Amino acid sequence: MTTTEAVHEDAPSDPDSGGVGGSFAFAAVKPLAGLVVPVCAVAAALAVGSVMLLALGTNPLRGYAALIDGAFGGWDALADTSIKAMPLLLVGVGICIAFRAGVINIGGEGQIIAGAILSTSLALTIPDTPRIILVPLVLIAGAVGGGIWGTIPGALKAYAGVSEILATIMMNIIAAQFLSFLLQDLLIEEGAIKIQQTERVDANSHLPLLPGGTRLHLGVLIAILVAVLGYLLLFRTSLGMRLRSVGHNPHASKYAGMAVNRSIVQAMAFSGACAGVAGAILVFGSESHRLIGEGGASAFTQSAGFNGIVAALFGALHPLWTIPASFFFGGMLTGGIQLQQELQVPAALIVALNGVVVIFVVGSLKLRTRVNRWVERHEGAPVQPHKDVVDGGVMSGVE
Amino acid sequence: MEPDPAAPMLEMRGITKRFPGVVANDGVDLSVLPGQVHTLLGENGAGKSTLMKILYGLYQPDEGSIELRGEPVTITSPSDAIERGIGMIHQHFMLVPTLTVAENVALGLGGRHGLSDMNPVKERLADVSDRYGLRVDPDAYIWQLAVGERQRAEILKALYRDASLLVLDEPTAVLTPPEVDELFATLRQLTDDGRGLVFISHKLHEVMELSDEITVLRHGKVSGRTRPSEASRESLAEMMVGRAVELTRTVDQQTAGAPQLRVSELDVIGDRGNLAVKSLDLEVCSGEIVGVAGVSGNGQRELAEAMFGLRPIERGHVQIGDERTSAPTPRQVRSMGLAYVPEERMRDGAVADFTVAENLMLVDYNTPTYSAGGFLKRQRIADRCRELVGNYRVKTPDIDTPTRNLSGGNIQKVVIAREFSSDATAFVVAQPTRGVDIGAAEYIHERLLEQRANGAAILLISEDLDEVMQLSDRIIVLLEGEVMGELTRDEFDVNTIGLLMSGVTSASPA
Repeated sequence: MTTTEAVHEDAPSDPDSGGVGGSFAFAAVKPLAGLVVPVCAVAAALAVGSVMLLALGTNPLRGYAALIDGAFGGWDALADTSIKAMPLLLVGVGICIAFRAGVINIGGEGQIIAGAILSTSLALTIPDTPRIILVPLVLIAGAVGGGIWGTIPGALKAYAGVSEILATIMMNIIAAQFLSFLLQDLLIEEGAIKIQQTERVDANSHLPLLPGGTRLHLGVLIAILVAVLGYLLLFRTSLGMRLRSVGHNPHASKYAGMAVNRSIVQAMAFSGACAGVAGAILVFGSESHRLIGEGGASAFTQSAGFNGIVAALFGALHPLWTIPASFFFGGMLTGGIQLQQELQVPAALIVALNGVVVIFVVGSLKLRTRVNRWVERHEGAPVQPHKDVVDGGVMSGVE
Repeated sequence: MEPDPAAPMLEMRGITKRFPGVVANDGVDLSVLPGQVHTLLGENGAGKSTLMKILYGLYQPDEGSIELRGEPVTITSPSDAIERGIGMIHQHFMLVPTLTVAENVALGLGGRHGLSDMNPVKERLADVSDRYGLRVDPDAYIWQLAVGERQRAEILKALYRDASLLVLDEPTAVLTPPEVDELFATLRQLTDDGRGLVFISHKLHEVMELSDEITVLRHGKVSGRTRPSEASRESLAEMMVGRAVELTRTVDQQTAGAPQLRVSELDVIGDRGNLAVKSLDLEVCSGEIVGVAGVSGNGQRELAEAMFGLRPIERGHVQIGDERTSAPTPRQVRSMGLAYVPEERMRDGAVADFTVAENLMLVDYNTPTYSAGGFLKRQRIADRCRELVGNYRVKTPDIDTPTRNLSGGNIQKVVIAREFSSDATAFVVAQPTRGVDIGAAEYIHERLLEQRANGAAILLISEDLDEVMQLSDRIIVLLEGEVMGELTRDEFDVNTIGLLMSGVTSASPA
């Protein structure tokens, strides 16, 4: 499981905290490794993107200006970016929890859908409930739906030894097919034209818009709140300490008397719940206010189940750092649209550009580990002999 | 090999390496003559590793110079060091378990053949192997090899690359006494050949036996230079620690109390499906240390794991105080009052990526003392951890330092602090000082005896016979999962125990 290990090396460790496992938030990631490497990775990706833009006969500077303007230029742009960032952030926080507990959750897509299905069904069943009750209720339903969808592969891993990677991918497929089935039959909107979508959910279940006249709605704040809760869970609670301990070293955790299997299931439940909330918000915070299956499941999820993983890795698996990371990727999505419109480049370019950024970001993780180590070494802690010899000795021989 | 025996093959002069807050090496000189074993002695954190990392190109010195065979050099990387004829035998072997010995040797050599044509490699390997009596099957996979064989493979790898200067980092830590003898014979052959050796060890009698020159480091500085003929174990220990050290410990007689830890008719299945522990009975009273001696792999590990609920018990039961169980779990036995210092501290004892504080809290983190309403009581935890770090003399910059940055001895102190500070009444302590320097080992022994004085029942499992004989009130000798014999303190004798370990009892004719 070398990938997770590499990822864990990034785990922020903080010199100034007075307690266990995390001083407040941003002191947690080493500044050099935490910021310089990802920024360089993005810069390198944009450099490669410039070549693509040049090849299309356009001016990369103009292109990126459009991208930045589209993503961050003005309140509307920022609101749209935040809305795009919301599912990435929620899934990303779930990924932080799962990965830190040593469970590779690739099932964000399925968990989003499960959360959306359960919350939508609930809202359609009890339409005339007061808003103050219904809004929290649908969000909880989303968490429950996603949580169940995460718990199943978690339990399969913990008690039957089934690879969670395979199980979560399969659960994605099941969720997508189940959604498609529901929208052709049970939940389909009544009417002459059969469109794969549910009825519009009752107005009492709509997430309220935030003041300011943008499209920004409560869901974005909820995502940020979940990130803070995720941080508190992981670094301030005894449960979080157990999850992280199991993720880092299941052997020592078992020796210490921790319930390793239960921790795996719990981590997946929390992880799924976060994604499930995203599913609910995608329905109740959308402008159409319904669950739409037209264009396939990934059109509904915006592939956030996968992209959220990248956001979390970009955020060093720290829930709070995942906030700016998600915001960045949200900006790529909204800014990409403006880039496309202004320069008249094909839509595929935006997809490609996103892909390049992801490759560079993921590719820089190992580098970040090394920089972290380097910083550590130069901070004077006597590094254990075999650790960096693995990096410098045998490995350099192999490479 | 360079023929001039008087000119040093390695000359490190005035090496200084600073890390923020620490001077790891402070004007260290080290000179190694061809054909000599130069021992580098020092406690963990004294700067031995830093010095060797500088030699191996992993660090650059802030000040000072390195000369190899009279020629000033700058060593930029491990591959650069290897090219310059420096070989490093790490304590933790750098071998790929799923490859064969020959393939491991060929790794990193580059060349057009890669791993496709192993025949030339094997031929040359056979030559080197014959020459130094390093018997290893070149086609054997590393995972199939015993520890001693792996070490031979590691040495072969260095010799294959024509290392004329070999650094051996605590090579005997993992070996049995006969294997140590064999290793020393090989090392002697290497020096006879004109190679230079840097030997890093904590074991003073080995240092006295093998060394030509000894350089002692303390707090990054050279605290003494001597030869075995001019030194004694006591004087070496004093140079290392900076004060007189009791090497032979007198343990006060103490009357043991009531039986506290008991194992009855225990059967445990080993990893290979064999019966690793056979119908074993033992009893440890409060205020008593019972040592378990035996050659590694005779059921010690399985016994400890079964007692602690990490390995199923086939038959029999474990009793702690008045409570007994035949299907223990770690959590259950901990609540019954058993604590455990595991053999593999990095795997089982501590979470390397956790901070020192988190590791100290690994067991108690969710007790009402340290958490309320699910939240950790950070202030109380910090206070407690500072107290423990102080009480157990853990050398760490801070309680929030990642544990992996600590030396082996200090990580062990963290584990010991955690386990000994619990309110357990019985302890299973496995290999408590393996790979730990003298100062820390001495300290750990003190703590064990302190627990004994406080009435704890301690089962001490150790392959270090000196340690077992020094600390135990009784010794049981294990062979193939069975008790071969039991001796009380007045019966302790190396020969008797050695014979029992190899299966010779007074009843059976030798």
